[in-house]
Amino acid sequence: MKHHQSVVSRLLSYLVLGVLAVLFLIPFYLLLRNALMTDPQITSTRWSWLPIPPVWSNFHKLFTDPAAPMATGLINSGIIAVTTLVFQMLFSSMAGYALARIPARGRNVVFGLIVSTLMIPAAVTFVPTYAVTAFLGGINTRWGIIVPGLFSAFSIFLFRQFYLGFPVEIEEAGRLDGLGYAGIYWRLLLPNSRSILMALGVLAFISSWNAFLWPLVIGQDPSSWTVQVVLSTFLTAQTLNLSELFAAALVGIAPLVIVFLLMQRSIVEGAKFSGGKG
Amino acid sequence: MTVETTQAKLESENTPTPRKRGGRSSREATLAFWGFVTPALAGLTIFTLAPIVWGLLLSFSHAQNTIRIGHFVGLRNYEDLLTDPAFLNSLVTVAIFAAFIVPLTYLVSLGLALAVERVTAGRSFFRTVFFIPSAVSYVVASLIWKVSLFNGLSFGFANQVIGKFGSGPVAWIGATHPPWYWFVLVTVRLWLQVGFFMIIFMAGLQEIPRTVYEAAAVDGAGAWTTFRRITLPHLRNTSIAVMLLTLIAAFQAFDEFYNILGGVGASAGNQVLARPPLIYLYSLALSDQDFGRGTAGAFILTALILIVTLVQGKALGFGRSEE
Repeated sequence: MKHHQSVVSRLLSYLVLGVLAVLFLIPFYLLLRNALMTDPQITSTRWSWLPIPPVWSNFHKLFTDPAAPMATGLINSGIIAVTTLVFQMLFSSMAGYALARIPARGRNVVFGLIVSTLMIPAAVTFVPTYAVTAFLGGINTRWGIIVPGLFSAFSIFLFRQFYLGFPVEIEEAGRLDGLGYAGIYWRLLLPNSRSILMALGVLAFISSWNAFLWPLVIGQDPSSWTVQVVLSTFLTAQTLNLSELFAAALVGIAPLVIVFLLMQRSIVEGAKFSGGKG
Repeated sequence: MTVETTQAKLESENTPTPRKRGGRSSREATLAFWGFVTPALAGLTIFTLAPIVWGLLLSFSHAQNTIRIGHFVGLRNYEDLLTDPAFLNSLVTVAIFAAFIVPLTYLVSLGLALAVERVTAGRSFFRTVFFIPSAVSYVVASLIWKVSLFNGLSFGFANQVIGKFGSGPVAWIGATHPPWYWFVLVTVRLWLQVGFFMIIFMAGLQEIPRTVYEAAAVDGAGAWTTFRRITLPHLRNTSIAVMLLTLIAAFQAFDEFYNILGGVGASAGNQVLARPPLIYLYSLALSDQDFGRGTAGAFILTALILIVTLVQGKALGFGRSEE
């Protein structure tokens, strides 16, 4: 039908997209360029486009600088993001399964309670949640950063929707084979939930790695800083020189860019799950 | 209404255990239900529901340097905040921010989705380029924007570019006229979030049946008419979702304001230029340790978000077309 689209309008589309693509890539270019330059090169008023030769020693300096707890930050962020991914998916799929498929009294009440917490914006409750976490002794601990993020009403909701559409026949076959509810969940439902687990799991990982406000509030001691808190401290306190600062930022996003490129299909699915189908 | 009934129907169809056997199997179901739901329910209760209740009580207490409830002062925390020019200013700030970022995100992400859907060759390349900023954290993006892209010195990238056209360097992040820092703050969030919403719009576009477009073409409808009469109405629900999500997120802005305008305390620097409510609450609760007012402010902000969401939802006719 649209074969009549003129060549001009097609070229125009490519021109607009091309210009926008260049604009969108500029920040990545600047990050790479600066991370591989020396400070005098970065601050020179005569712009040089490429870091020639690339200054790889910036990374070595970064990890040997005693004033920069970058390695600690990476370890903390890795542990926090992986734990969040695993347990948020486990708890959410368990609850989603129960709410969708296990008949019990009080099910609607529980579902209503969980949905009601969706109304409260998470970032706004950080002051009262901080008060509770402090009361439980969670300040400056990894668990204080992790645990409040393990329970997501939104993923529970999405898992419930997913399991509502799960074929009953599979469950009945499992029942005939003598499986109880736990067996059905573990042997039949989870292996058949790969798409949603990957989609929501990778989103949970990314948002946990990139989270800033909550780790900033809880991790007040440098030993519990995440990558984001480390980078923010470098930035706002200006404790590092520019080349190290950009090397640190590059190290901080590299794992995520790799995850993103490898898992793009799942991430697109996750975006659709959480945005479009609501 | 219709949603609930279809949902109820779905559930009754999908509930595998017939209740006829009663006794043992229903006890087994009850046990299994609570076993499966308890971890999530307990976690949400401790870290979301309990804090809300505790926070509500704290907001009626004088709680300086303490998170214990007791010294009740009625509505004084709320009165203090609503007469505090700094808090009211933070609400104005976030309203200005939302007024820019919500429509811009909508237009750019919809425009990108339409443009990327149109091309055939290189579609996945363009999609990846626009989507990949979603993987970048606000902290790293703020760092690039502040120290490199919009650095106020002459070696900043934007200043280098305008220098080519003979313009002197602009102090992008500072007390300037016009206030360029808004441009910096809006573009950073735009770059970070439009790709995500582009994906959502692309999913919406793919659900529009081809036949509708073919019929329009037979009727001789032009590109603009087709867009207005077919594409936009079909994207109604997606559009509403995108606007609500960006609006709610804008009201909770913190990261880029904190990192671009400077931290809190000694390094605050340009923080006075634009302080959204969460920055205000952060310094109230963390620096001043005033948890009474901090929680009161959190509830005022929550109420505002709920009101604005409902009003915007109403204005856009939320749930009107449920085809």
